[in-house]
Amino acid sequence: MIGLAHYLTVAAILFVLGVLGIFLNRRNVILMLMAIELILLSVNINLVAFSAFLGDLTGQVMAMFVLTVAAAEAAIGLAILVVFFRRRGSIAVDDVNRMRG
Amino acid sequence: MIALIAFYLFATLTIASAVAVIFARNPVHSVLWLILAFFNAAGLMLLVGAEFIAMLLVIVYVGAVAVLFLFVVMMLDVDFASLRSGFTRNLPFGLLVALVLLAEIIIAVSARNVGPGTGVIPTVTQPNVVALGEMLYSRYLFPFEIAGLILLVAMIGAIVLTHRSRGDVRGQNVSKQIGRRPKDAVKNLQPGVGEGMIL
Repeated sequence: MIGLAHYLTVAAILFVLGVLGIFLNRRNVILMLMAIELILLSVNINLVAFSAFLGDLTGQVMAMFVLTVAAAEAAIGLAILVVFFRRRGSIAVDDVNRMRG
Repeated sequence: MIALIAFYLFATLTIASAVAVIFARNPVHSVLWLILAFFNAAGLMLLVGAEFIAMLLVIVYVGAVAVLFLFVVMMLDVDFASLRSGFTRNLPFGLLVALVLLAEIIIAVSARNVGPGTGVIPTVTQPNVVALGEMLYSRYLFPFEIAGLILLVAMIGAIVLTHRSRGDVRGQNVSKQIGRRPKDAVKNLQPGVGEGMIL
């Protein structure tokens, strides 16, 4: 029988894969953004699984808000990426030192 | 039984495509694997009865976010091979961190008995969409409005960031257009016979 623990395990593996993606693709911003999407997806799976197994719909409402923030984050992130590429002709993270921060 | 098979199918495919997102050599392939991961996650959510979130996942993630990624990856002319230079160097350390993190999460989950131990989803009386809508438009109305505001800010921000005015295009001069009056533009004449056409 499929229980809550199964869903939590899938979400945990997905989360760890997202973190690994950020670690491995340290220079490619697009893949880093995709890894962040994976992390947010795992959070959504957790929220929906808890909501279903506890019989409380609040988790699904929160999953919708996470979805909203993920969409906004992707739009802004990619817009910044396009502007950066236009200026520098590259999207390597190592080159992002304009402000010497 | 069929639910068991469906769960393992969706879970395996989600994780496998997430691995492929990270390890794919071509970023376009990464985006396509990401789309597959989203579809399978939507299937996972359907299995627990969260129909609306599953549909939303397909519409928003696959229809909007993944297409946006695909658009940007294809539009930018980037040498992606050079961006993979640190990949193998970071691999051992990254795997170590990932394994430690996974072990920690699994220990934390199994140390405490999470939620109802029976593993049975409570029977619902209302359809998922109806119940979610009633909740969203009553108790969570204010956060819902804020979510709309976040999307508006993101939209305006993306437009402001990526918009550039090109010099080689003749645009509309709005103030000049509004400031134009009929008496400047139209002449009323009373030509005699044979004088109506000016050649």
